[in-house]
Amino acid sequence: MTSAIVSSGLHKSFGSTHALDGLDLDVATGEVHGFLGPNGAGKSTTIRVLLGLLKADAGEVSLLDGDPWRDAAQLHKRLAYVPGDVNLWPNLSGGEVIDLLGRLRGGLDPKKRDDLLQRFDLDPTKKGRAYSKGNRQKVALVAALASDVELLILDEPTSGLDPLMEEVFRQCIEEERHRDRTVLLSSHILSEVEALCDRVSIIRRGKVVESGTLAGLRHLTRTSIQAELSAAPMGLDRLPGVHGLDVEGNRVRCEVDTAQLDGLMKELSEAGIKSLVAQPPTLEELFLRHYEDDGVALEAASR
Amino acid sequence: MKDFAGTATLVRLALRRDRVLLPVWIVVFVAMAAGSAQASIDLYPDVASRVSAASTTNSSPALVSLYGRIFDPTSLGEVSLFKLTAFGALLVALLAAMLVVRHTRTEEEAGRLELLSAGVLGRYAVVTAALIVSGGMVIVLGLLTSLSLIGVGLGVSGSLAFGLVWITAGLAFAGVGAVTAQLTEGARAANGLTAVVLGVSYVLRALGDSAASDGPRWISWLSPIGWSQQIRAYAGDRFWVALLPLALMVILVAAAYRLLSRRDIGAGLLRARPGPATASRWLRSPLALAWRLHRGSLYAWGFGFLLLGFIVGNIASNVEGFVTSDSARKMVEKLGGVEGITDAFLSTEMGMLGLIASAFGIQAALRLRSEETSLRAEPLLATGITRSRWLASHVLMALFGTSVLVLVGGLGSGISSGASLGNMNRQLPRMLAAALVQLPAIWLVTALVVILFGLAPKLVTATWALFATFLLLGQFGPLFNLPDSVMNISP
Ligand SMILES: Nc1ncnc2c1ncn2[C@@H]1O[C@H](COP(=O)(O)OP(=O)(O)O)[C@@H](O)[C@H]1O
Ligand SMILES: [Mg+2]
Repeated sequence: MTSAIVSSGLHKSFGSTHALDGLDLDVATGEVHGFLGPNGAGKSTTIRVLLGLLKADAGEVSLLDGDPWRDAAQLHKRLAYVPGDVNLWPNLSGGEVIDLLGRLRGGLDPKKRDDLLQRFDLDPTKKGRAYSKGNRQKVALVAALASDVELLILDEPTSGLDPLMEEVFRQCIEEERHRDRTVLLSSHILSEVEALCDRVSIIRRGKVVESGTLAGLRHLTRTSIQAELSAAPMGLDRLPGVHGLDVEGNRVRCEVDTAQLDGLMKELSEAGIKSLVAQPPTLEELFLRHYEDDGVALEAASR
Repeated sequence: MKDFAGTATLVRLALRRDRVLLPVWIVVFVAMAAGSAQASIDLYPDVASRVSAASTTNSSPALVSLYGRIFDPTSLGEVSLFKLTAFGALLVALLAAMLVVRHTRTEEEAGRLELLSAGVLGRYAVVTAALIVSGGMVIVLGLLTSLSLIGVGLGVSGSLAFGLVWITAGLAFAGVGAVTAQLTEGARAANGLTAVVLGVSYVLRALGDSAASDGPRWISWLSPIGWSQQIRAYAGDRFWVALLPLALMVILVAAAYRLLSRRDIGAGLLRARPGPATASRWLRSPLALAWRLHRGSLYAWGFGFLLLGFIVGNIASNVEGFVTSDSARKMVEKLGGVEGITDAFLSTEMGMLGLIASAFGIQAALRLRSEETSLRAEPLLATGITRSRWLASHVLMALFGTSVLVLVGGLGSGISSGASLGNMNRQLPRMLAAALVQLPAIWLVTALVVILFGLAPKLVTATWALFATFLLLGQFGPLFNLPDSVMNISP
């Protein structure tokens, strides 16, 4: 498996802010890679370094087997970028911006452009300021998706879209996946990443703290269990990996590390299972687990 | 009253944001007036020296059209300050109007206003606060100027009248700024529109002032700047004339409120029309984009320059009319006859034209910075465009634009002076040449902006201060007897 993006040990500071603090990222060719983190985690900064718009203070970056700082213009012809904050020129219409950006990248597919305009329900004759944030984002999205490129870099592309448009966006990304294009999708919306991405990297304070397939990541998390049993269970508290155990007569509620699920199930079936609800871990829980230290620290600080 | 809720908070916010800018401008203007007066007092100790200086001025069409007429040649105050009366009023007016736009349309365009409007802000709070800040600054500036002039030793009444000249011009144009900020959707366009109104006012005044004594001198009375000037500080102190610009201000502010109550936040009255759904074939390079971005302002400026050129060339044909007194005639002969003085006039005016054109160059080059800070440069630089190509596209537009302006100005003045003097073959090439020699200096200023953009992008808007310094060096340097080395710094 080749990599479209590899970075290791990236550091970038703005004055006293360390935006990136030794960031490692690996995006395989042909995958949809989620780049997940809360506001200010360093997602946009990483992407700007990947695009050669910022120069990293330290560390290695390789993008489509090139150096984005040195060969920016060459590499950019092979990728399309949707910024998090899209600003348009007040005297250019949306259609003109789409065409301009496409041409500067080396051309775009007019059929696909029209198709996308229709699906995103975007009026290309309006001028810059007449667009809302969501519509400005659509302009950038149409320009990117209609270009014939190997790599799409999308920085929180749905932050201004309504749920209907988010759905259209998801379909579009699905299609890109089938065309074997590589997508780096930065987001703080977990359900979106969960629905779309093959692999996820979670970034926190300028560092990637977790990276892998969703299945692999789920393995690190807990499944929540609610069960009604025939008899009161025994010795559940001695099982490894069981958390938040709450036994009320024959009813059991708990969370279990996904790796230890098997052991718990054996114990429960010993006692005879009448009903069972098992909730798979969501990315949200995973996410919260990584950030709950921050939450605790925050609470402590505010006290 | 609820329409004005939150005004006080906004005033405080504006003062907080401009806490450096406002005092600096006030000090610059007060120092300019006081310094200029002090220098002239030493220069013209007796009535005779003043009368001779004043008659030279009044017989020079270049000086009269640029600064206005000296109404009382014996008046120490007027002879000292005539260069700063109308011209200073122009600068104060520009400052006042741009300050209003800065705190209204600029905020609205950036979307910051929406954030505030959702709070407890009355409909009129923003405009009112901007007017209070701008008007307050102008009044403080004028009063301090008056005090400093009294301090230097000029008459009390005249000094108060002089302060009033500046105050009235500033207030009237604060009103103009409030109206233009309602009309356009962009701050850039609002400032442009204000500059046009200001330019027309100044040119009307110049036309009226430089008309022959039996000519259409009333034209000056069509101009708000002309009104302020007609207060005639140190030469009659006609305080009542101040009512004219003040009335204009009241009308304009009322108009701004009316316009505001009829439009949506974010919108202007001059609505943007829908654009094409697809880009035309040529819009496929950074240079093409730069042309699209600059062409509107270049058309407007070009039109202005053509007009200015025509007016300058036309005034030149009146030069003979000025040479009425005996002493003036002698002086003219010394300077090389009527032809010589016409040339001198035209070359002064061309210098002025060059200076204005360099303002376009600065503005065009500053576009680099605003494209970057508004994040509009980012998606472009993420395509197959190198940074240097992007930079070059705007720099080329700045260089090309200033060349066009200078050319058009030279053409306009060449044609009109050629037509009115009846020797087109001589005037046209000469005026074109006189205009084109301004280019290296203009390009130098533009280059400075670009270098600053590269080295210290945050400081790049300071180039306007540099521009103002060049302007003042050019205008007042000789008066202060600044050493040549200082003067030579200015392109
Ligand atoms: N140009 C800049 N100057 C100063 N600080 C910056 C700049 N860009 C980003 N930062 C800081 O770097 C950190 C990471 O920002 P960013 O990459 O935009 O986060 P994200 O996109 O994940 O929300 C933040 O603390 C932000 O304030
Ligand atoms: Mg971001």
